[in-house]
Amino acid sequence: MTRSAVLTGKHFMHGDHACAEGALAAGCRFFAGYPITPSTEIAEHLARRLPEVDGVFIQMEDELASIAAILGASAAGARSMTATSGPGLSLMMENLGLGVMLELPTVVVDVMRGSPSTGLPTLPGQSDVMQARWGSHGDFAVLAFSPWSPQEMFDLTILAFNMADKYRVPALLLADEVVGHMVEKVVIPPEDQITLTERKKPRQSNHETFKPYQVDDPDLVPPLAHAGEGYHIHLTGLTHDERGYPDMTADTHNRLVTRLFEKVQRNADDIIKYEGYKLDDARIVVVAYGCTARSARSAVMQARAQGIPVGLLRLITIWPFPEKILQELAGKVDKFIVAEMNLGQVRLEVERVTHHPVRGVHHAGGEMIPPAPIFDAIKEVAK
Amino acid sequence: MSNAIVAEKHPLDDLIRADRMPHIWCPGCGVGIIMRCYAQAILDSGIPIEKHIVVSGIGCSGRVAGYMKLDSYHTTHGRPIPFATGLKLVNPALTVTVFSGDGDLAAIGGNHLIHAARRNMDIKVVCINNFNFGMTGGQAGPTTPQGAYGTTAPYGNPELPFNLPYLLKACGANFVSRWTAIHVRQVRDDILYVFSKPGFAFIEVLAPCPIGFGKSNGIEDGLEEMEMYRERSVHIQDANVSDEDLSIDLRGDYPIYVGRFVDRDRAPFMPIKLEKP
Repeated sequence: MTRSAVLTGKHFMHGDHACAEGALAAGCRFFAGYPITPSTEIAEHLARRLPEVDGVFIQMEDELASIAAILGASAAGARSMTATSGPGLSLMMENLGLGVMLELPTVVVDVMRGSPSTGLPTLPGQSDVMQARWGSHGDFAVLAFSPWSPQEMFDLTILAFNMADKYRVPALLLADEVVGHMVEKVVIPPEDQITLTERKKPRQSNHETFKPYQVDDPDLVPPLAHAGEGYHIHLTGLTHDERGYPDMTADTHNRLVTRLFEKVQRNADDIIKYEGYKLDDARIVVVAYGCTARSARSAVMQARAQGIPVGLLRLITIWPFPEKILQELAGKVDKFIVAEMNLGQVRLEVERVTHHPVRGVHHAGGEMIPPAPIFDAIKEVAK
Repeated sequence: MSNAIVAEKHPLDDLIRADRMPHIWCPGCGVGIIMRCYAQAILDSGIPIEKHIVVSGIGCSGRVAGYMKLDSYHTTHGRPIPFATGLKLVNPALTVTVFSGDGDLAAIGGNHLIHAARRNMDIKVVCINNFNFGMTGGQAGPTTPQGAYGTTAPYGNPELPFNLPYLLKACGANFVSRWTAIHVRQVRDDILYVFSKPGFAFIEVLAPCPIGFGKSNGIEDGLEEMEMYRERSVHIQDANVSDEDLSIDLRGDYPIYVGRFVDRDRAPFMPIKLEKP
């Protein structure tokens, strides 16, 4: 029996499967991947499900090929996705940069595990945050979202597709092994309640004069013509002008790279999502994301029960970094705590943005940070 | 002069990005000749131009994507085949040709090459083999004949090169041929032939690189290498030679075997299709 693309209803669902279902609900019809723990269940689920909705699943020879294939699929007009973990993400850095340069939307799921190198294949980590932002060579900007539950594995996968298409940029889902392998309630809404963003298409009918990188809109996003539509476009990873032609000049290079960066910065308010919990009267703010935000929320509740004015800022969008809300909070609160399963990657960003000394609660990965050390940190800074 | 025939338009004008000329290729280079064969094959194919897609990697041969007036994708080093794979699977109505060099396809992209051939992916690969990394200035690569010189092989290449037709045959490609830059009709004919032949096609075309390879190896210019191809090329039909012996050695007076080595009909890769009730 074949099922529809959107499995409307309440489910008790595995996080990786919820991500796969989110992709299908978002209209993703092409997946290329290479098995790697703890993301493999996404590939396995889509290998079964994509043929049910006339989509294409292909297992590639490595992660270099996987991301190249999803970019090619995007160029032909499909919503496309791959899923991996740290070692695979390292290999994908090459063509993540190509996606940025060609401005081909696609979604890369990274279910983070203990790293570096082979690290802890089956155990959680959150240490690919800076790699997502800076891992490919050069100045560039991509998007990254961090789910804290199987429900958000579903929801944020759809968000990642919409934002990738809207801004013609690769989007990462920076999940972790805990939410990837957690089984929890997932509500899939009716199909007509799922909003999908359309790619901006060429508005002119004259194919001869169409320039694939001519920007006419304040969002800095050029329209995207797909392969086979007759526009005879040229897309290259070389520095290119509005026609898409290579142009090896400093002026063109500076203009292009600056626009690719500005495109994300200028639209940051639309891309950035976060959730505040008991922030209104907080004097102390805990910043956390992904599975660690679950422990942070518990620690904040415990501290509130003891009368400590503490709140939680849960980051949903990690890149572009939510600077505005942190700057606002910096003017109102005394102390920041960052809890994350790495040695301080987001803490550095919070220090940069708030100019406050930030108390970090860190662990290199391998097990979820429990509420206790976060609670202890709250008590410590509240003194 | 009044009787002179002035061509208003060259038949291939619609296929070349004239506004990108002059091209980057050196005098005596073979890439342009082979691109011209591709353009002619497109024209002769009867397939609408907008349904032809060209994907290239990095290197001199990779620049073909930039000069063809098609939907054209100049990707990363070694990755044109997987990029083309995704593109083709999403829109099977497109004729997708990968145009790249031996370094791009057989060195950094070697893994993708063998796996696409194994899957028998329905894409057409034109591999321009000039025995070296030309764009970076004549370094040895996986097709450099043993003993030949390169800027990274100053004492002669100590390695054995790939025998590409043998490799591709073993991997499962539906079509494998080899020609040289003087075989313009055969190259055009094979490209045209594989447009309508499902499955993975691999056409190796030996080409002079007088600056990168010729200079280090006592080959005076492009013309001399073309002369060498003319004298030494032996059609596979006229030779009693096994696939294992298709390697190329330019040092001595050895034959260069050309022709169609594989032309078979294994089923190409198809994504799983479920029967709907």
